[in-house]
Amino acid sequence: PDTESLVQIAGDGKSIKKDDIKWVMNPYDELAVEEALRIKEAKGGSVTVVAVGPQKAQETLRTALAMGADKGVHVNDPVAEGGDALATAKILAAVVKGLPFDLIICGQRAVDEDNYQVGAAVAEFLGIPHISIVAKAEVLDGRIRCHRTVEGGTVVVEAPLPALFTTQRGLNEPRYASLPGIMKAKKKPIEVKTIAALGLDPATVGAAGRKLIIQALRLPPERKAVRMIPADTPAAAAEELVRILHTEVKLI
Amino acid sequence: MAKGVLAITEQRDGKFRKVAYEVVSEGRRIADGLAGPLTVVVMGNAVDALAEEIKAFGADKLLVLDDPALADYRTDAYTNALAACLPAVDPAVVLLGATAQGKDLAARLAARLNAGLAMDCTAVKVAAGTVTCTRPMFGGKLFADVTIQGTPQVIAVRPNVMAIQRVAREAAVEKPAVQPGEVKTSVVENLMDAGGKVELTEAEVIVSGGRGTGGNFQPLEALAVALGGAVGASRSAVDEGWRKHGDQVGQTGRVVSPALYIACGISGAIQHLAGMSTSKVIVALNKDPEAPIFAKADYGIVGDIFQLLPAITAAVQKIKS
Ligand SMILES: Cc1cc2nc3c(=O)[nH]c(=O)nc-3n(C[C@H](O)[C@H](O)[C@H](O)COP(=O)(O)OP(=O)(O)OC[C@H]3O[C@@H](n4cnc5c(N)ncnc54)[C@H](O)[C@@H]3O)c2cc1C
Ligand SMILES: Nc1ncnc2c1ncn2[C@@H]1O[C@H](COP(=O)(O)O)[C@@H](O)[C@H]1O
Repeated sequence: PDTESLVQIAGDGKSIKKDDIKWVMNPYDELAVEEALRIKEAKGGSVTVVAVGPQKAQETLRTALAMGADKGVHVNDPVAEGGDALATAKILAAVVKGLPFDLIICGQRAVDEDNYQVGAAVAEFLGIPHISIVAKAEVLDGRIRCHRTVEGGTVVVEAPLPALFTTQRGLNEPRYASLPGIMKAKKKPIEVKTIAALGLDPATVGAAGRKLIIQALRLPPERKAVRMIPADTPAAAAEELVRILHTEVKLI
Repeated sequence: MAKGVLAITEQRDGKFRKVAYEVVSEGRRIADGLAGPLTVVVMGNAVDALAEEIKAFGADKLLVLDDPALADYRTDAYTNALAACLPAVDPAVVLLGATAQGKDLAARLAARLNAGLAMDCTAVKVAAGTVTCTRPMFGGKLFADVTIQGTPQVIAVRPNVMAIQRVAREAAVEKPAVQPGEVKTSVVENLMDAGGKVELTEAEVIVSGGRGTGGNFQPLEALAVALGGAVGASRSAVDEGWRKHGDQVGQTGRVVSPALYIACGISGAIQHLAGMSTSKVIVALNKDPEAPIFAKADYGIVGDIFQLLPAITAAVQKIKS
């Protein structure tokens, strides 16, 4: 969902209402597509974009193709729907196994369930190294060197290719699709795959394969109404705020 | 049958990160709820002193994985070493902190074990043997109560949320041979910020600035120093080049949960709220009485931050002296 969307709980209490939501590419995936295009522009090769999801997911693939990716793979199968991160990663790994590749780039997290999980899991299922939360990436001779953001600094990590990394803001500024890009994207191929064609057991993917079970969705606990502190003078307001934080909230 | 909790601690340069105490304390509570043992893992190179220190937080058993191969955090070495000792422990729950390192390790380890993972949880409850985790989704617009099928259940808890609790107990210490396995990643360099500063996700107090600072963060820094806190920023402030990316709070930045979050010249966009809405107390300072941040704050003052902040800093210093 677009980060501005109002997200509402559906009647079952466990899923969200999907009708009024504006769907967009995950912002971290925009960084991933952009970085892939830059690497291609510098080093050659081709960029394939992959999505698991319903028909709507094709629009996201088209956006990536319009930015400059070469081809898309769309796993569009009702069996794949409602999967958790692990289930989605199994599907993505199965797709990638059928393709030649040097590098996979994922978002660090998707701004839906905020799982922070799929990238690492895809790498694990493919038996390749991964580096997460990367704000700068350099492709060297047969290796990738990544600046990984950690609390309080950056760690520079290297791994041999093939490898996977996940994106962090600061990596790049994603381009917008140009009009000619959008026109060209209409002719670029999107291969549609089913779970059966990928040779996956339907019981291990989609809603059936979920290990993380959502029992209930609810609104976050409401805060009490804001208490506005009168600001006749900055000094008086400041004194009052600090008094409250000190004596009532006992924070200072 | 899988029993109890395995809590994985995080250390850097021979010191526990704050989240380590939170994870062990929460691990003790979950283990009690499940009537099972708490095994605490300490990983690194030459970490005996750390193992000794963590004993005060209620472990039944300490598993010390001490090896030069674990000196730096590397996903593959840490995952391999942990996976090698898991069968012997056979925990019902594997608990970590949802830090940069913990999230990375949790994701890779869960995939290795084909185990379900609840990431970045803000509460964990045990009732009649069932572990239910609460996790914010959609940038905190909704909370989900989740359970995990199968064992182990991998749970990563949001830093700065779980209460730290000392529990006196005798812990048996085990130092198994470490099996880091095939390690492909290597750490080339650690580029850490200058020391002495409180780290954003561990800070009890965050003074955060937006476009309204006009790029002058000095009054925010001064208040942060007076409160022993850290300085955060909105995306606008980062995009302007006033602060580094690592300071950004929000949906495409850090998720923080301090006891006190002071938003200065920040309008309160939904993507900013996504990064700080689980703060315990939120104070908003903004010159616009209609700014949306006030609707999400506990306390608000309408005014110019350049007049308010020095006055607040002075008032804090007065109380502290
Ligand atoms: C996909 C996506 C992801 C995003 N991720 C993030 C994110 O992670 N974090 C984030 O913060 N934003 C994020 N944003 C951007 C977000 O939508 C807002 O644009 C941004 O948070 C606004 O920053 P701000 O509040 O500093 O600036 P503004 O909205 O411009 O607000 C400035 C405020 O300062 C006040 N002000 C001005 N001068 C003074 C003064 N002297 N004294 C007191 N008050 C003053 C004004 O009244 C105003 O309310 C994201 C947006 C998108 C689309
Ligand atoms: N359905 C999907 N199709 C394609 N890629 C996905 C899908 N779900 C997650 N990903 C990738 O995994 C990243 C992290 O997602 P998550 O672990 O779910 O937060 C995303 O940024 C994407 O790169």
